[in-house]
Amino acid sequence: MSDLQLSILKKVHDSNGVIENTLQVPEFADIDANTLHSNLTSLWAKEMITFSKIEIDQWNLTPEAESFVTNGATPEIQVVDEVLKSLETLTINDLKAKLGPIGLVGQGKAFKNKWLSKDGDKLVAKVDKLPQDIVLEELKTIKETGSLEDKKELTELKKRKLITLVKIVGYKVEKAAKFALEIKSYETDITAEMVANGSWKDAEFKPYNFNSEGVYPQSGALHPLMKVREEFRQIFFSMGFTEMPSNQYVETGFWNFDTLFVPQQHPARDLQDTFYLKDPVKAGKPEDMEYWDNIRKVHQEGKYGSIGYRYPWKEDESLRMVLRTHTTAISSAMLHKLAKDPKPCRLFSIDRVFRNEAVDATHLAEFHQVEGVLAGYDITLGDLIGFMEDFFGKMGVNGLRFKAAYNPYTEPSLEIFAYHKGLGKWVEIGNSGMFRPEMLESMGLPKNLRVLGWGLSLERPTMIKYGVSNIRELLGHKVSLDFIETNPAARLDEALV
Amino acid sequence: MPTISVDKEDLFKLLGQTYTTEEFDELCFEFGIELDEDTTEECENGERPQLKIEIPANRYDMLCIEGIAQALNEFLGRSEPPKFTLEPATPQITLTIKESTKAIRQYAASAVLRNIEFDERKYNSFIELQDKLHTNLCRNRTLVAIGTHDLDTLTPPFTYEALPPSEIKFVPLNQTKEMDGHQLMEFYEKDKHLGKYLHIIRDSPVFPVILDSNRTVGSLPPIINSNHSKITLNTKNVFIDITGTDKTKTEIVLNQIVAMFSRYSKVPFQIEPVQIISEFNNESRVCPNITPRKAEAEISYINSCVGLDYSGEQIAELLKKMSLSAAPSKTKEDIIDVEIPITRSDILHQCDIMEDAAIAFGYNNLVKTKPKSDSVVAAPLPINKVADILRLASSQSGYSEVLPLTLCSHDENFKYLRTVDDNTKAVKLENPKTVEYQVVRTTLVPGLLKTVKENRKHSLPIRVFEAGDIVLKNPELERKAYNQRNWSAVYVGKTSGFEYVQGLLGKIMQTMRTPWLENPKTDDRRGYWIEEDKENPTFFPGRGAKIFFRAVQGEEAKEIGSIGVLHPEVMQNFEIPYAGSSVEINAEVFL
Repeated sequence: MSDLQLSILKKVHDSNGVIENTLQVPEFADIDANTLHSNLTSLWAKEMITFSKIEIDQWNLTPEAESFVTNGATPEIQVVDEVLKSLETLTINDLKAKLGPIGLVGQGKAFKNKWLSKDGDKLVAKVDKLPQDIVLEELKTIKETGSLEDKKELTELKKRKLITLVKIVGYKVEKAAKFALEIKSYETDITAEMVANGSWKDAEFKPYNFNSEGVYPQSGALHPLMKVREEFRQIFFSMGFTEMPSNQYVETGFWNFDTLFVPQQHPARDLQDTFYLKDPVKAGKPEDMEYWDNIRKVHQEGKYGSIGYRYPWKEDESLRMVLRTHTTAISSAMLHKLAKDPKPCRLFSIDRVFRNEAVDATHLAEFHQVEGVLAGYDITLGDLIGFMEDFFGKMGVNGLRFKAAYNPYTEPSLEIFAYHKGLGKWVEIGNSGMFRPEMLESMGLPKNLRVLGWGLSLERPTMIKYGVSNIRELLGHKVSLDFIETNPAARLDEALV
Repeated sequence: MPTISVDKEDLFKLLGQTYTTEEFDELCFEFGIELDEDTTEECENGERPQLKIEIPANRYDMLCIEGIAQALNEFLGRSEPPKFTLEPATPQITLTIKESTKAIRQYAASAVLRNIEFDERKYNSFIELQDKLHTNLCRNRTLVAIGTHDLDTLTPPFTYEALPPSEIKFVPLNQTKEMDGHQLMEFYEKDKHLGKYLHIIRDSPVFPVILDSNRTVGSLPPIINSNHSKITLNTKNVFIDITGTDKTKTEIVLNQIVAMFSRYSKVPFQIEPVQIISEFNNESRVCPNITPRKAEAEISYINSCVGLDYSGEQIAELLKKMSLSAAPSKTKEDIIDVEIPITRSDILHQCDIMEDAAIAFGYNNLVKTKPKSDSVVAAPLPINKVADILRLASSQSGYSEVLPLTLCSHDENFKYLRTVDDNTKAVKLENPKTVEYQVVRTTLVPGLLKTVKENRKHSLPIRVFEAGDIVLKNPELERKAYNQRNWSAVYVGKTSGFEYVQGLLGKIMQTMRTPWLENPKTDDRRGYWIEEDKENPTFFPGRGAKIFFRAVQGEEAKEIGSIGVLHPEVMQNFEIPYAGSSVEINAEVFL
């Protein structure tokens, strides 16, 4: 191998630094192109030479044509020769006996060239002397030079299956910066041995190709949605919020709806929207029966300065089992607990909620709700807005606008909008509000301990941030493991460009 | 939230001003409604541009163009609230409710609109308002149903009764054939529009019916009116019947209709009352009651919530923009008296009045402040902290976290794992839309295997884990079920990989300060071990084990989970063409 490389280097040197075409160098002409290429590449990598490919069309004689050249005549000439020699007494059968299969081929060609004709079963020459064997001459030229000037004839001969085309590859080779007649050997890597015995000092190292990726480590990964969840948790922790025990998916109509002043005929309580349970089918009543009674009254007759919804409130509806439709069911239980020792507090949760919705690219039957609750004396709407700016500011969302909205358990209710540059419009990023006095005073919380609540889904900001268009590719079993394994760190405050 | 489609040109005419889409969008935003779409661009040959406006679910007074224009005009200070009057003051027409209705829908209300001038768009708006009320406030006619009639085709007084279906005979609206109650049920069975309401009365032995003094049927609530009393563009006098199972909502619906359409009476906002005679349930009265409700609101409360320092008069000015007429109380300190018009049934408490003051002031004009940072100490939920430790340790061990749903099919949770439901554990859903959501999982393994199935083409081995909640029944609890945080991992490859999941379990236990006990019988330290489990059908025979954990030296150990080679039938059930092993433990033991 390196012998070949050495002789290439020598030849370049001998031919004044350039081999115009290796095909014209007898000692390289027979070397297979792949071998030549890999050796040239090796020299090129050492910056000793540069080279370029030369591709040439070459016509080769087929074995049949080779036999014509060997015989010194094409079959048609042989046939005419026989006919002339026999003085026109030759029959087709005689010819067959004499020349074998070639006779037939030659006879056809000779007829076509109008050198022969037939008289009964006899063959008659239409020429008086042997014609010139032009085809043979052409074949000889091709054998020597690989081609013919007359392209039409080439096509003819190809049709007669006398020649075939092959592409042959040669190379132009030139000296490069590190040209030498000897080849140095390069080390590919520093080994422990080299470090130990100091041989690295004398070794020359193969240059690195830095334009390639390394070998990735084998690793596990956290789920992208859980990474975004962690970002939210850290924002909450940094603002003094304690995580609520949201690990309770099964709720009662009482906690999920009634305590939140959602009337029993509210559309959210429809079978179309809420998952009800058939097993277990009926809940127990809460321990705090005074609270239970307050809730009944505030719905049915009104209490705490509210005229209520004025409908017959049904225990059975309140005791229906549901999968919670929002984590606010947990917030309600936590605020009820707070009423035993009322004081300002900050609570949050990020957990699953369930909706009996038709599944599509943006809706799943379960998803994660991010929820914050802030209780304090005499909190104002200005506080709510100021706080939301801080909260969303921590994830890089600034310049909020607030729109009045309706929610059965908050009054006022404010939808939070932010301008989305990519979409070029204001988009709703969350909901907020002050919990209604009907809800809080039923628990026994003092009138001036006001409570702010706000929420958003975890999936939506994640989808917007990471350009996921189908929620099923984010949450649930249809997620791609490759997506999980290659997903970057979640940094909500990072501007994605 | 209902979306109302209104004629753009008509609305701007009512508002006395033309707006660009952006300007109108801005006005909506400030008021608290939402411009969904302006169809101007899509209108073809002569179609009239529409504005599609989303209305908050409790603003029943804005379900038609008349109401939207009225509310916005008052918000913009361009219009006074309408002053409704009753004429004649003493009702001439009566509607008697018979006790028989008690069995099916016992409440009814009624009113008459005299000398109405309809044109096509007003007429359509009238019909659409009824549709919108039916779907929203009336809960698809279950709570309340509306019937409207050409009064001149009927002869008062009216009765509202409940009769056996066979005794009710009439030609339904837009039909030609007379049918009785049974035939009508059959006739509308397949009807796209009305079929969905039949269930409300079908199984009752009696159907509710509105009759005039000649026993002519006016309507069969909540299904359909009679063709006889059909309203047309030429109708002058409209008789409205409202029936329902909810008394409050019956009143609200009537009030909204008369409030919206009395404007088209010869004397605008004049309504003819109807005497309701309902002795059996003491609900006799004159309908409608148009007297505004008197409410009080504390000035200090409104100021404190909104962050203002306004006088009673200033607050009254704000409230005027929201259709509320208010004035400082002459007798009470710190109180404003507020009159709530019949259109604003959404106002239940002074907090609703406070909201209106805030909207009128403008949410985006409020001075931004910060809530007092009361000294609060933040803390994670303990089980989340434990789960986070397990999640980090698992991912550091080369496993990828997945997040399947907690709802799954009954088969996935039981049959596919070769287990049988003994009805003691799994919570079952009553009304799932698909089999995918039949039960709440009692193990994390099905979700992991489903995720593996979807990733069959991923390079092997596939290593996934989840730390998530399962739900288990407990009849002792108020909520009859509780969550339990589990941790589980699955290895899937050309071989079962039992030793790998066992090694991962070891890594997890090491992380949780729990050594492997080789001789748990004699060694009573904190630690864990596994014991063959011949009973667990999810695992291949002889390749499954229980996991035991002793938390404190000398104490009783607890079985906390299982580990094993997944049975080939389990792999086939989840359509995974490889071998695999799983491990699952209750993470709450580390609390």
